[in-house]
Amino acid sequence: MATEVHREVHEQRESARPPLIGPGHNFATVTDKISALALSRPTSRRWWLGFGFSFALVMLLLLAISHLLVRGVGIWGINVPVAWGFAIVNFVWWIGIGHAGTLISAILLLLHQQWRTSINRFAEAMTLFAVACAGLFPLLHMGRPWYGYWLVPYPNTMQLWPQFRSPLVWDVFAVTTYLLVSLMFWYVGLVPDMATLRDRSTHRMGRIVYGVLAMGWRGSARHWQRYEAAYTLLAGLAAPLVVSVHTVVSFDFAVAILPGWHSTVFPPYFVAGAIFSGFAMVLTLVIPIRALYGLHDFITARHLQNMGKILLATGLMVAYGYLMEAFAAVYSGNPYERYVQVNRMIGPYALMYWALIACNIVTPQLLWFRAVRASPVALFGVAMVVNVGMWLERYVIVVVSLHRDYLPSSWGMYSGTIWDWATFLGTIGLFLSLVFLFIRFMPVISIFEMRTLLPEAKVKEELP
Amino acid sequence: MRPRIHGMLAEFGTPTDLVAAVRRTTEAGYRRVDACTPFPIEELEEALRLQPTRLPLLVLLGGILGGAGGYFMQYYAAAIAYPLNIGGRPLHSWPAFIPITFETTVLVAAFTAVFAMLALNGLPMPYHPVFNVPRFAMASRDQFFLVIEATDPQFDEERTRQFLLDLQPHDVWEVPH
Repeated sequence: MATEVHREVHEQRESARPPLIGPGHNFATVTDKISALALSRPTSRRWWLGFGFSFALVMLLLLAISHLLVRGVGIWGINVPVAWGFAIVNFVWWIGIGHAGTLISAILLLLHQQWRTSINRFAEAMTLFAVACAGLFPLLHMGRPWYGYWLVPYPNTMQLWPQFRSPLVWDVFAVTTYLLVSLMFWYVGLVPDMATLRDRSTHRMGRIVYGVLAMGWRGSARHWQRYEAAYTLLAGLAAPLVVSVHTVVSFDFAVAILPGWHSTVFPPYFVAGAIFSGFAMVLTLVIPIRALYGLHDFITARHLQNMGKILLATGLMVAYGYLMEAFAAVYSGNPYERYVQVNRMIGPYALMYWALIACNIVTPQLLWFRAVRASPVALFGVAMVVNVGMWLERYVIVVVSLHRDYLPSSWGMYSGTIWDWATFLGTIGLFLSLVFLFIRFMPVISIFEMRTLLPEAKVKEELP
Repeated sequence: MRPRIHGMLAEFGTPTDLVAAVRRTTEAGYRRVDACTPFPIEELEEALRLQPTRLPLLVLLGGILGGAGGYFMQYYAAAIAYPLNIGGRPLHSWPAFIPITFETTVLVAAFTAVFAMLALNGLPMPYHPVFNVPRFAMASRDQFFLVIEATDPQFDEERTRQFLLDLQPHDVWEVPH
């Protein structure tokens, strides 16, 4: 009885809000419109232009990696005392971006936030690509990536085991698990839509490829029952996983006894920062795609508004994190902790610190205004600023904490070399190339979940 | 003896019509019945009298196995196979093993959820007779299908066809093997 009343109240509230799908759509139009994005041909000139540019950057990445393998990590700007330069900054930045996908798919699914439906597929794909880019950096940073498999525990003739007490090994497990679970979550979500594309495709190749990926899905009620159970369970498993990944990444820093890193505020503030940067990247990608592909009926103003609100909320959590970090440093009474904080604010990298405050704390305050949240251009601008700000945050955490050790004799300055920048830009190209391929060949919006949002999806019957 | 055909297929235009039709089919005593729809419809579980799935139990077992296995792996490596004496600190340093134990728990549970779902559903399934009806392609778009298989004890080509026609579907087809 109570749940009935609750449901009624919920439905009334839902109907008072703007709809999640534009008017005039039914099962057929939703299906055809979204599947047409993947099946239409010829491929547009703009797509080729965008993909070509991104792919050129992938070539730059290959060049940078080849040069690295030949010459070693000396081509990067890293040295003692700053041995963790761009590689770790970029790793944390990409991993953070990869958090929005699973948050949107898993946590918002469990919270019955139906507006997630039109952006979850896209955000999950973005997660996978971002984690793939992130994973490259620790591998390359090892210097001898071909020994990367030594991090994997397996009985071997060297009779060696990884050091399981090290946060760096925890990281391997956390990131690998996250990648695999995100991949499965994404693929399981895709299976019914692959069946749709298989049945819609007019091209022989398309029917074969989508047919193989659909695995013979026919929409049987028995299959749907297990499918829904598996999907909800995966969401339940992925939700704590999202929180754990960036927590473990923050352990890389927090477990070390370095001033500026050794802090209990790191795990929660890293997680908030990850969600913050993830949503910023979702907005950065979704706003142009919505405009270029005319998806205004499915990704409505309400979706953008909601993402703007999440960006603001997580931005405030991040601001609280910065504040507490500074407070803890001052309150600790530890001169080294205090020095690191003061050095961040007025030391040689002060410009980066204040730029990060301007990007991550000041700019998102614009989102308090409805006019900013309602304007896709303004939202896009804020999201871009946050993307930059979150990169600066990691730069400040990694480089500024390392560059002045306890003794002035081990002080130094760090800056990225041209190869650092080439690798970083290269991964941006890899990320964008994968996004372009995804838009071209896969349904960017979950078709079957969009169908369930239509009013006629509800079964109308008198219960006996 | 193998029946001449796989079964009979009926097409409906809305989920409401399909659920009503499935209900009448199971009430008429048909048991080898299936419904194919473009999205999950909760009411069908009850209309088809489906048993609750065993999947959650399997996932729980997977999680327990993953957690225990992950913890044991670390214990074995750190305390038995490769003990390192670092200032006399305990070899079985369990707090340091928790993060990886958590990760392996989630990983094995997630693998179980996906692969058990596929296995119980019999996927990947390279061939299924219903696809022999060309109109069935609409099951992944906007139409709702009811299948009565020929192996059902009550199945009779003439009577079952008439029964399905009485449910007022858009159309009824024989499904060849």
